[in-house]
Amino acid sequence: MATHEVTFPITDPAEILKLRAGDEVVVQGHIIGIRDRTQIRIFDQGIEPPMDLTGAFLLHTAPGVRKLDDGKYEKVCIGTTTSARMVRFTEPLGAQYGVRAICGKGGFPDEAIEPMRTHGMVYFAIVGGAAALETTQIEEIEEVAWEELMPECLWKFRVKDFGPLTVGIDAHGNSLYHDVQTAATKKLEELYARL
Amino acid sequence: MPQLLDTDLQGAVEDAAAHLYVWSLKDIPQDLRDALKDAAGRETSVPGQRVLSTILKNVDVADSERNLVCQDTGIAVYTCRVGEHFPLHPARIYEALRDGTARATLEHPLRSNAVHTITRENTGPNVGHRLPIVHWEFVQDWDGLDVKCVPKGSGSENMSFLKMCVPADGVKGIKQFVLESIVGAGGKPCPPGIVGVGIGGSADYAMYLAKEAIARPIGTRNSDPIVAQLEDELYGLLNETGIGPMGLGGDVTVLNCHIEHADTHMTLNPVAVNYQCWAARRATAHIAADGTTDFDREA
Repeated sequence: MATHEVTFPITDPAEILKLRAGDEVVVQGHIIGIRDRTQIRIFDQGIEPPMDLTGAFLLHTAPGVRKLDDGKYEKVCIGTTTSARMVRFTEPLGAQYGVRAICGKGGFPDEAIEPMRTHGMVYFAIVGGAAALETTQIEEIEEVAWEELMPECLWKFRVKDFGPLTVGIDAHGNSLYHDVQTAATKKLEELYARL
Repeated sequence: MPQLLDTDLQGAVEDAAAHLYVWSLKDIPQDLRDALKDAAGRETSVPGQRVLSTILKNVDVADSERNLVCQDTGIAVYTCRVGEHFPLHPARIYEALRDGTARATLEHPLRSNAVHTITRENTGPNVGHRLPIVHWEFVQDWDGLDVKCVPKGSGSENMSFLKMCVPADGVKGIKQFVLESIVGAGGKPCPPGIVGVGIGGSADYAMYLAKEAIARPIGTRNSDPIVAQLEDELYGLLNETGIGPMGLGGDVTVLNCHIEHADTHMTLNPVAVNYQCWAARRATAHIAADGTTDFDREA
């Protein structure tokens, strides 16, 4: 399993193709925070997001923040939420907006594998709950759109050494989650026989 | 003995709640720290080791930065043990817990997670209709109050399961349901955590017992030896599933399995599963009748 450093947003799709399920990745550059209500607004209500998502890294988050007098937001505690609730947005995020990476915790079910292969996307697994550490890796909240959805806004963060992340699903059709579930389901039969 | 004014005591309970909520989110109990270190020591998979070493690093960063361990401040859940001679009525204790929760949320500030369950509009600083959630236990011949705060994150709470097994399913049915629930949950509840199991009683009570089970110090055992034996067996079986830390595969799927039980109807065999993530936060205040408060991270 290799270790990579990737800067987002990416311009060269080959950057994504070299990542394999199980690899370790550390991310630099800019990432975009997004959550349930943000994506419901984009896709179910058909409202164009006021940020460019081309080549983007999306993080499933709803940060804890403090609003400053000048209208900017200061980080308090930023962590990552369960991804599986938002799996149905994978296909349109890739097809319509050119998103290249989705990062969350707990993984995506198998329905994400094909869209990720087709559109050259990856799923990054972060350690859920490790928000104290994650917060130190976010240097600044640079932009916030759709503040009325607080805390489920569109957030633009500048990050440094964000990770370590694990490639959970790669752009070649491999999913650690699929493999683990397949093995565990088989193991269950063996365990049941022992009860 | 001078009669203490209810308002003073109510203020003491409110202060205790405000402190407990923030403290529990920042400073996890020693038994949990030990269990996580132990897990990191025995995990052999590469992604699993990566996850556990990141978790340990995160706990250190939360200590040094005085930040929250996890951003999900959860729904505030309190368990109160009220002595029959504690001189503040539970109606006022509830008010104090609600006000303390709201105050902590605004003062820190903490993320406010509370929404109306249909409109999804935010209802206030982690309070709302029937929020926070408070469970009650009443104790004879005592004048104290114990308040345990267990902020419950949504990632793990979403992985809650109930099955009304029939008596013919027996204990085997209980074991199968717990195993299939945890395999089905995969990485979503932030494993490795505490699997709480409630058996017996009724549907609602089994789920309450499962919640009570996750709030116990890690690795404690049910006082009924038959139930304790089931805890040991399930703990071993769950770690054979291979789900691993954050569902990425590995040896450590759960930190432990706790079971609470109640006697039940001859026709019932309910089993409830409530998951507590690795950031298994809890903190307790022991409040005396005069308002003197001792805080306790390990209870």
